[in-house]
This record gives sequence, C-alpha cells and structure tokens, in this order.
Amino acid sequence: MSLRVARPILGGMPAALHPERLPPDRWIKVLPEGLYVEPGGFHIDPVRGVERAVITHGHSDHARPGNQLVFATPGTLAIMAQRMGEAAAVVTRPLDYGETIRIGAVTVRLVPAGHVLGSAQVVMEYAGSRVVVSGDYKRRADRTCLPFEPVPCDVFVTEATFGLPVFRHPPDLGEVGKLLHSLTLFPERSHVVGVYALGKCQRVITLLRAAGYDGPIHLHGALEPLCALYERHGVALGELRPATVAAKEELKGALVLAPPAAATDRWARRLTDPVVAMASGWMRVRQRARQRGVELPLIISDHADWDELTQTLEDVAAPEVWVTHGREEALVHHATQRGIRARALALIGFEEEEA
Amino acid sequence: MNRFAALIDALVFMPSRNGKIRLLAEHFATTPDPERGWALAALTGSLSFREAKPAAIRQLVAARVDPELFALSYDYVGDLAETVALIWPERPERSNSLPPSLNEVVEALQSAKRGQVMDLVEGWLDTLDASGRFALLKLITGSLRIGVSARLAKTALAEWGTLDIADVEEVWHGLTPPYAELFAWGEGRAERPSAGHGAGFRPMMLSHPLEEEDMAALDAGSYCAEWKWDGIRVQLVARDGQRRLYSRTGDDVSGGFPDIVDHMVFDAVLDGELLVAREGVVAPFNDLQQRLNRKTVTAAMLREGPGWVRLYDILFDGDEDLRGLPFTERRARLERWFEAVQPRRMDLSPMVPFHGWEELRALREGSRENGIEGLMLKRCDSPYLGGRPKGPWFKWKRGALTLDTVLMYAQRGHGKRSSFYSDFTFGVWRGAELVPVGKAYFGFTDAELVELDRWVRNHTTRKYGPVREVSAGLVLEVAFDSVHPSTRHKSGLAMRFPRVHRIRWDKPAAEADRHETLARMVVGRDAVA
Ligand SMILES: [Zn+2]
Ligand SMILES: [Zn+2]
Repeated sequence: MSLRVARPILGGMPAALHPERLPPDRWIKVLPEGLYVEPGGFHIDPVRGVERAVITHGHSDHARPGNQLVFATPGTLAIMAQRMGEAAAVVTRPLDYGETIRIGAVTVRLVPAGHVLGSAQVVMEYAGSRVVVSGDYKRRADRTCLPFEPVPCDVFVTEATFGLPVFRHPPDLGEVGKLLHSLTLFPERSHVVGVYALGKCQRVITLLRAAGYDGPIHLHGALEPLCALYERHGVALGELRPATVAAKEELKGALVLAPPAAATDRWARRLTDPVVAMASGWMRVRQRARQRGVELPLIISDHADWDELTQTLEDVAAPEVWVTHGREEALVHHATQRGIRARALALIGFEEEEA
Repeated sequence: MNRFAALIDALVFMPSRNGKIRLLAEHFATTPDPERGWALAALTGSLSFREAKPAAIRQLVAARVDPELFALSYDYVGDLAETVALIWPERPERSNSLPPSLNEVVEALQSAKRGQVMDLVEGWLDTLDASGRFALLKLITGSLRIGVSARLAKTALAEWGTLDIADVEEVWHGLTPPYAELFAWGEGRAERPSAGHGAGFRPMMLSHPLEEEDMAALDAGSYCAEWKWDGIRVQLVARDGQRRLYSRTGDDVSGGFPDIVDHMVFDAVLDGELLVAREGVVAPFNDLQQRLNRKTVTAAMLREGPGWVRLYDILFDGDEDLRGLPFTERRARLERWFEAVQPRRMDLSPMVPFHGWEELRALREGSRENGIEGLMLKRCDSPYLGGRPKGPWFKWKRGALTLDTVLMYAQRGHGKRSSFYSDFTFGVWRGAELVPVGKAYFGFTDAELVELDRWVRNHTTRKYGPVREVSAGLVLEVAFDSVHPSTRHKSGLAMRFPRVHRIRWDKPAAEADRHETLARMVVGRDAVA
C-alpha cells in the first residue's frame, strides 16, 4: 500500500500570478444552483436553469429543464428530450465518450460512469490539475450501459449514496433468483416490482433475461417510453406488454414492473393479491423495506456500494476527494484514514430516490 | 443455516398470516430432519442453549470494523444484530469452509462451555452471508421476534401434515426438539405420538362473544356465571418438577413473571387470569402491560407491579386429567385444591350467583370497578375442550363507552391494507388545542376504509414518513371498554380497546368531545383533568 502525499497548496497567492497552477477549489465553486466551473463558465448538473450546463445523466435530480446550452452524451440528450421535450435545452451540444473539447478555458471530456444509459463522468483539466466529477456511478456489470472507467486525477468528486459499510449489494443474479423463486412459490399472484423508470427498469429486465426468464414482462404505462428508447439504442429487452388493469386475469402470476410509488400504492392493489417487490439498494436494510410495505426486497442498485466506492478511490488514486450526494461522513472518514485529503461537499437538490 | 436464514427473511417481510403459514409449510415440506425441527423449535421458543450478550457481539465487531464507521452505521440501521450482519467484512477465502447448518449451530451451542460461545460465533460469522449472519445473531441473542407465534408455527405444521391443530397442541408438550416423531406423523410414516406428561402447554378452552339474539335461546338455569377479569388468560403448568406459565397462544411467558412461577410449588395444571394487583386490589391493565413482552424483569418492576393470578379452572390435579369432568365438578375440585394447597399470589375468581338473565344484566351493568371486563357464562355441564367450541362458553362484555373524537394522524396499515391509511390517531379538545388520546385501526367496513383513505389524502397538512397529519375536520365516534390514567400519553389517559364506532361525516370538528369528559370516565380513581 502506498500512501499518497498531498500536493502543496498555493495558499494566499493571487490566482492571476499562477494561472498554470491553481488549486481546484479556487476554480470550482459550490453555488446555490450547483457546482460551478468558473474558468469554463459552466455548471455541472445545476438544480435550476443556467447559461451553460454539463449534464452527467438523465435522472431528474441531475438533468433539469431550462438550460440555455447543454453538453451531454447523445444518450443523455435523447433521454432529456423524451422526458422534457422542448424544455430540455435551447441548444444542445452532443459529446461522445472520449471526445475532448474546450469550454471556456477548461478542457472537458466525458467518460462512461456505468450508472444508466448515457451516464458520464466529467473529466476537466485546467491550470495544471485534472478534476473528475463522477456523477452517479457503479462498478458492476450492466448490459444496458458502458462500464465505469477509472480516470486517475488530482481531485475526485464522488457520489456517496451508499456511503456506509452496511451497504454491500449482493450479486444481481441471486437477487433476481429470489424473484423467480417467489413466482414458483406463489404462481397465482401477480408479482409487482417497483423500479425507477430510467435505468433500473431496463436493468432488471436484462437481468431477468440473463437468468433465463423469457416470458412476457408487463409494464406500467409510465415505463414504456424509456424502454422503447433503450431498445432504439440497441438494448434488447425481449417481449414487453402493457400492464393494463383491464387485463387483470392475464396478470395473475405475471411479472409486472411499475414505478415505486405505483407498486406500493393504489395502482398495485387493483391487481389480484399482488406480491410487492422493490428493486433498490435501500432494500439492504430490513426496516426500510418494511416501512415501504415491501414483501420481497431485491437489492439491485445502479449506485456503487461501499466496496465499490472505496475501490474507486484506490483506482483513481486522487490525493484529494470531495464527497457529495449521500452519506458523506463515513466515506470522508475512510478516505482520511487512507491518507487522502477528503471533505464533504454540500450540494443541495439531490434526492435518494433513484437508488 | 442458509435455508433457515432464507425462511427468516421471507417471514420478516411477509405481511399476511396465510402467507406466513404457506412459507412455513413449504419449509417443512422441503427441508430434511433435523434441520426443519430445529427451525420449528427456534420459532416456537423451545430451544435452550447458552445465549450471547449484545455486549459480546459488539466486542467481536469492534475487532473487525473501524469503530467510527460502525457507530455511523449502527446509528443509521438502528438494530444491533442487523448492523453487525450487514457490516461484518466478507472474506474472499470464505469459500474453503462451508457455512454451518442450523443443526451444527444448535448442537455446538448446546454443548458449548462458557467462554467458547463467542469463538464459535466468530467462526460462523466468517462463513455466512448477510442473511445467515442476521439469522444467527437473532438466534443466539434469543431475540427471534419476527411476528410468528408458537401457535402460528403449529398451525402451519398442522396444515402441512393435514393434522388437527388441537391434536398438535395436545402432543406438543410430550415432544422435544427436533421433533422427529412429529414430522414422521405429519408425513404419515408413524402413528400420532403419545401425549405424554411434562410441563407442556395444553390447548386452552376459549369462548364466543354473547350476542343479544343468542340469549333468548339459552336457558339461564344451565349456565354458571363468573367475572371476566381484565388481564391476560394464562395456563399455569407445574408438572414433574418443571414450572411454566403460558399465554393463550401457548407462548411461554414464565421468564417475565418469576413472582408467579416461584410460587407454583404444586403439581397441577390451572387456568386463570394474569393480573397486576397491589394488596389484593387489581391494578389497571396498563400496569400489566408494562410487564408483558419482557424476557426478564427488574426488582423495581416486581415491586411496583406485583403479579397475581385469579384462578378459573383446573385441568390436571397431579396425574389426574380432569378435563372430561363437567364445569361444576371441576369448579368443586378447584375449590378443594385451593383450600388444600393455599398457593401464594393467587386467589379464586368468585362465582356470580344469579336468577334469570335480567338479574345478570343488572349485575353486569353495575360492574364498573377496576379489572372487570364483563361476565363469563359457562355451561354447568361443559367439559374442558381445547379450541373455541360454539355453545358451552360465552363472554358477555360490559357495554362500551363512546366518545366523539377528531382525527389527527393517519398511518398506512399492514398486509392487505398497506396501501391504505388505516391506522388512525384521534384526539379531543383541551382548550383550543387537540390532544391525542388513542389509536384505532378497526371498526369500519372496507368501503368506509376507502372513503377514510381518500379523506386523509385530501386533507393532509404534513407528512412524516408513513404518517400523515391531517387538518382538524373529521369526527370519529370511538367506542372503548374503559379508560385509565397513563403517564405514557400526553393526554394523561389511555383507552382500552378503542375502535371506530361510527364516522360522523356530519359533525363539525369543533363539536367533538373535550378532554374533561374523557377524564370523568376514568374508573376506580378520582377524575384527572
Ligand atoms: Zn442517477
Ligand atoms: Zn443521483
């Protein structure tokens, strides 16, 4: 194990005198509307409309409407267009993974984050430092998007949705196996799985297919458009059918995917004695699952678990880490123990929902 | 252990009783002996071995996990066993030792000496996955509370083997874990095991509520009456040198009531009401509540809430099974037995002589004193039959009290009601403010529930997790059996058995009842305001 030594900080020097070596906390600011990259004149995932925005991925707490100019991957732009239509942006600038451009004085490149279709980390170079903003990410295999690519850097801005060592997601196929076992145990009951519309839904479908389930999968109406979008982007999902309540008989013993709120509320209770399942990293903690009235918790997440978070800190080998978007305290503590300079970055507007 | 852990997990999340029975039955059908027998023993609280203390488990985890990370995690998760199960570091080299079977765990713990237990546990934690670790930790701390009563587990067993639940209860006390004979019987490979003696639970005889229309058909002269005391029904078993106190469902509650069990120095099986009584005066049910659901009790609790048993019936006198005798003969035997033995901390529930239903009705209405819930009617010639036979025994509860209250909070229900707001907290006016006085989750029809649910959603002013606060606009007429002073409620009062009697869609909230009105209904004490 090698302990990394932090680079010296140019404390108190006027920025203009050392444009070639300016520490990142002098050019990246936390503003009320989000992370602001001053020499580039752009925000990353701002919480309200701004002049120029780089968007990491299409989840609604990262991609919001009303920006003038949006930089994002073609996948993310397609998702934004579908969810927000005209409001997505006035002008868009698609950035392929790996393509390098300059925004203002900053060199910017997007690399895969492994979170959902189109999700990206933002790699920025300016004044002698490289800063990577992870966005949301995970490290395990996902057939619906490209895998996370670790980029060595000087400052790594990491999410910490599951930033406690109690969060360790078990292997995905085992979780899907629980669902398939329940279908054999309760063959006459509809199995309603709560999934987020973007990412989790398509991932669960591909996992079911990988586990050998080739029957039809029924979708709540709110999930259909994004499944169609994924298929247009080359992600095969097999036979999908609309889950209309009219087809109540057909839904006996069927697999039904629905948004979490519908799965645990009025929509699902119109089905016959449904088994309510939920695919989420939060399902790891029993009390949380029970609070939501979930009978079959499935620990399947699109976010890094504790082991993935700590492994990623090793992989990117950054001497400095800023932690955001979750339970920062434990990860800051862990990083500090490893000789990494770490602090919590208080960004507002992120919800734990799409986990 | 993996199978057992999967069962525990599934039971924890299964909201419905039938679903739980189905999961248990499937487990019995697909799991070999002795594994399934140990599972049954664990669920019915029939395992005994050296338990591990929470402090010892904390010590184990402190050696593996950074204390600050553990503290942050425990703070988030809230349950020690679960935190340790989730945070315990997975070892990649785990593959070369197999996780233990439940059988191995139980046998090792039963023969372990003090000082060996934690070494065993540590080794097992290293080979199990998170579910297995959770099940193990719950098992060894003796806190396997997962919403499965002994009765439910036996019902599942009866269902799986198409046996009669009363038969299962009857033979149960003659058997010991892992119950090979029981499973052989269920699979039709062996005869019904003999009932044996021992200190096991005998199925209790339960009553039906008396409906007004039943009374016309009943001959008052064929029934005996006695008070129905407001405690919990228990069975006292002192046989073959062993002493046990069982709840109505056959759960062993001896550990919580040493003050009773210590005085069971006789050889008999009795039926009675467990109460808290000070100098022969029955205390409100609330005082008994403080002592329920505890495995151990402190000296202060024994002093402040001394236990008492008021005896109703005798099932065995020594080896002699009295259950076939008529009630009046059993009662005479009980009186003779009591006279001879003079057990401490117990008395006889007095009979209530009466001539005709009208006199009895008057006696019932006059009984507002502490500790009386109503009357029991028992056919003079009824043998003691396990279960709830229709006809021989009736309970005739005292008329309910009612109060107009205002709905304050609603919470989602469980199981089939989990998508409805079905648990209601209601309050009454004190000055210009509402104070909560109770909680009710039944008393309305399914159709009314749908309307209540809609009303709650449309009148929510705040949300706290699964709870919604609503504006003061709906009057619920609540019925309850009695009201007692309580230090645990902000209002200083606690209702017994509150339920929604009527939804007063018509009544303005401002006209609901006031706190003073409820305070005047307190029994056996001066009114508190
Ligand atoms: Zn996301
Ligand atoms: Zn996010």
